[in-house]
Amino acid sequence: MFSVKRRARALMQSAIVAAAAMLIGFSALASIDVYEFASEEQRAQYRELTRELRCPKCQNQDIADSNAPIAQDMRAAVHRLVQEGKNHEEIVAHMVERFGDFVSYKPKVSTETYLLWYGPWLFLGLGLVVIGVLGKRRAAAKAAAATETLSDAEQAKLQQLLARHETRSEDTNKP
Amino acid sequence: MNQRLVYITPIIVALGLGMILFTAIGNDPTRLETARLNDPVPNFSLQDLDTPKTLHTQDALRGKVRLLNVWATWCPSCKAEHPYLQSLADQGVAIVGLNYKDDRQDALKWLQQLGNPYEFNIYDPKGQLGFDLGVYGAPETYVIDARGLVRYRHVGEVNQRVWDDKFADLMKSLQQEAAALKGLTEGDNNV
Repeated sequence: MFSVKRRARALMQSAIVAAAAMLIGFSALASIDVYEFASEEQRAQYRELTRELRCPKCQNQDIADSNAPIAQDMRAAVHRLVQEGKNHEEIVAHMVERFGDFVSYKPKVSTETYLLWYGPWLFLGLGLVVIGVLGKRRAAAKAAAATETLSDAEQAKLQQLLARHETRSEDTNKP
Repeated sequence: MNQRLVYITPIIVALGLGMILFTAIGNDPTRLETARLNDPVPNFSLQDLDTPKTLHTQDALRGKVRLLNVWATWCPSCKAEHPYLQSLADQGVAIVGLNYKDDRQDALKWLQQLGNPYEFNIYDPKGQLGFDLGVYGAPETYVIDARGLVRYRHVGEVNQRVWDDKFADLMKSLQQEAAALKGLTEGDNNV
């Protein structure tokens, strides 16, 4: 009994330590280079671009987040191009020309990236179709179960149909 | 019928997934596409490592099939592949060095101590040509054909196994291509 409590407390403590370590880790990763900008728009553009461009060396980090030498070079290039008044698309194209589509977290829509962009919608559609079919089938099964006992009117109609069927089959049996 | 579907569907899904995942085995995600493939080497104007007065441009990489080897003294894999590059040079393969983000004196000392397999070295202390080529780490080795087009890029160390797997056939066919090109232009000159 006592040991369970103690173990829970130890678990709690290690969770807090882990969370603190993560926070420290994040702040240590943040880049520290200082760039001057002519305007706030340019600063915003730089910030947006360095979050959208992916570091080729340390994959799964954007170049704002990475301290790899290549990420530093790319930040410097983004800064230079922003200063030159290049727009967002031009700067992304500049990087893609050198490092390939990999480098953009928002790859352009092309025949090669159709699956990437529209795949999730395709699977969502397929899921909806499956749910629809299953729902319909279940409804049909429920309806069938409901009609297992027939009302008087239905019974009468059934008899009538059977009778009609019998007379018709007698007709065809005639030589 | 319905029951059978319940059994078969998971098997089909598992087989399909298995096939997709199987093709991905051995795919190294750190190996990126070569954006410059079949494009000319980007324009540059950089000093020679040995004689700073000499400026090299993209034209220096035309006229014959060459390897362009990106190296630096701070790069351990470069040291590892150096003897193999030397043996390639001894076999007559033309290798141009791109000394990448390095110190000139350190680089010259390195070549003095370890030997120099390079036809010449382009000194790129800021990594400008490296950046324009899409270099994201050293060593990288590019195959440049006689017209100055990038035909292949290998990221990482070049050794006998890599050479046999990736370079040997390509180099042979590019040499033939270059010879045909040369024959053509010489033919033009005769007319």
